[in-house]
Amino acid sequence: MSRETVLHKVRTALGRNAGQPIEEPPPVRLRIPEIDTEARIASFRTRIEALAGKTYAARSAHDARDYAEGIIAGRTAVASNAPILRECGITALPGVQTGVTDREELRALCATAGVGITGADYALADTGTLVLLSSRQEARMISLLPPVYIAIVERKRLLTGLDELLTLLPSPAEQTSSMVLITGPSRTADIEQILVRGVHGPGEIHVVVV
Amino acid sequence: MSTLFDEKIHDTLADPKLQLAIYKATGRLIEERRKAIEPDICPDYQELRTQANAVKRHTIEHLDYYLEEFARNIEAHGGKVIFCRDAEEVSDFVLSLAKERRAELIVKSKSMTTEEIDLNERLEHRHLESVETDLGEYIIQLAHERPYHIVAPALHKTREQVADLLTDKLGVPRETVIEKQTMIARAVLREKFLAADIGISGANFLVADSGAVVLVENEGNARLTTSAPKIHIAVAGIEKLIPRAQDLAVFLKLLGRSATGQWLTVYTSFLSGPRRKDEIDGPEEFYMVLLDNGRTKVLADREKRQSLYCIRCGACLNHCPVYRKIGGHSFPWVYSGPIGAILTPQFLGVRHEPGLPFASSLCGACAEVCPVKINIPQILLDLRSEVKKAEAREGTNRLERFAFRVWAWVMRHPRIYEIAGMAAASLAPSGDGGWVRSVPLSAGPLRAWLSQRDLPPVAPKSFRQMWRER
Repeated sequence: MSRETVLHKVRTALGRNAGQPIEEPPPVRLRIPEIDTEARIASFRTRIEALAGKTYAARSAHDARDYAEGIIAGRTAVASNAPILRECGITALPGVQTGVTDREELRALCATAGVGITGADYALADTGTLVLLSSRQEARMISLLPPVYIAIVERKRLLTGLDELLTLLPSPAEQTSSMVLITGPSRTADIEQILVRGVHGPGEIHVVVV
Repeated sequence: MSTLFDEKIHDTLADPKLQLAIYKATGRLIEERRKAIEPDICPDYQELRTQANAVKRHTIEHLDYYLEEFARNIEAHGGKVIFCRDAEEVSDFVLSLAKERRAELIVKSKSMTTEEIDLNERLEHRHLESVETDLGEYIIQLAHERPYHIVAPALHKTREQVADLLTDKLGVPRETVIEKQTMIARAVLREKFLAADIGISGANFLVADSGAVVLVENEGNARLTTSAPKIHIAVAGIEKLIPRAQDLAVFLKLLGRSATGQWLTVYTSFLSGPRRKDEIDGPEEFYMVLLDNGRTKVLADREKRQSLYCIRCGACLNHCPVYRKIGGHSFPWVYSGPIGAILTPQFLGVRHEPGLPFASSLCGACAEVCPVKINIPQILLDLRSEVKKAEAREGTNRLERFAFRVWAWVMRHPRIYEIAGMAAASLAPSGDGGWVRSVPLSAGPLRAWLSQRDLPPVAPKSFRQMWRER
């Protein structure tokens, strides 16, 4: 519609011609510190807890499952199709539904479930952030609609921070339509700057490091 | 200064509750930012600013190239790109798409760009329901007001006012506990999310090499807006581009810290096109609306085009001594504070509110905290000069020119200057040694100037007298 008009106005304003090559952009600035896994886990947990999220370091897959079972506490839960959830036995827990691949069915399920459970493609130690890429294994709604959210993170997935993530994944759009970074429970402070958790997304999050 | 601008300023200054609310809220945001950029927390904060400025400068200087690259990549991922010259083109596009898809309900996540073009009003005028879902935006939509602050739109509303609004508009029993008010909004908006046909979001960044829209938020409403309905429309100004996804390592760190003191906000979404074939959920259709609406006008000015680097963090508002007194609604357009004072005249013309570039003490705090290093005070000076040139062209500044001619003449004649000084001292009211708060000249051309300023007491002896007596 107005594509050429707008582009033409931009070029005129800048004194450039169509198809004119550009100067080199400033080099990308990425800094990756060297931090061992134990220190990453410690930092990751500290940051999440500072944001009122809960964390748990599971000694084994069974331990992770038992912890999740305690959180679910008899409520209905939706689990993603991430292999780690099956490996831990979480998908076999009573009340947990999994394996849904239909958009509408999943959305309806998430809208009524008490708990959502996913894996995490990566986690960022310095900010306490979970990184989830949409795929046939991970859906967008599970970490978003239910009021309680559990994420199971493998230790080897823990990166130092955003710079390392973007070094590993220089263009996430090649793989997915949606990469989301989750840093703590959903929150707002829009009325009198009073902090309230769980405004639209989950107000309670539990991160289990396996 | 227009009468309306003057009146709004006085209304705000005369409201002690509002004064306290603005002061507390901005003070808290200042403090949170300060903690988040402390050297032991963020040692490379200044380097990040330098890099962000360099990347934005490069992108804006080659904006046509990055717009084309971005559009190509969106289309490669199955999205559609719509360039719009103005507000009307945006609403026409949304209306025609809604009609084609028989859409009746739109959910919106917070976007200053859609505020700029009054999109909600335009859609509602054509009987299409469009609901804001950010809690603060929802409140001001219920109140039919404009955002008070770029990142805290309902900063000026008290819990009592919110209680009245919820009761009036939703018919719920009066509730003054903020947690419960939030849960009332959550329940109402959850229904809207699940029923909506279209979600409209803004964009914090547009990533050229990925064809991606990046959205930063804390509530989860932007994630719901962009993922729950079958259609996602993102609306953004053409200046929002950055070249590479890897540049986000710089910008995301700066945005959260500068806005609210968060190292990263709760949710950062990196979205590219509709859901892919093998993905379970996400929108079926994705549209990217790229808006000019005056931006190419700003772009044409070599010096002032840096105004387009802005990432809308709101730090300049919080740190501005003027914003902190006169508040967001005194400003004549949706963008308030120092950034509003430079964007408004450039988008709407310097004659829209000629007093605006002058409503600043030029203290420089805005430039010091700007994460992308926009030289706001310099741009304000340039705009002041433009206002004066425009007034000279139109001959609307005759009185001022006369006054300055008299001033210049007096200054060139030392004897007359001294007599004038003595006359002024004898005419000045006694402030009993304190600041003079009421000045008899408060009618006439100096009224507006004096009404907001106190004068220091007149010294018992002039400098010249003391010099002679030494």
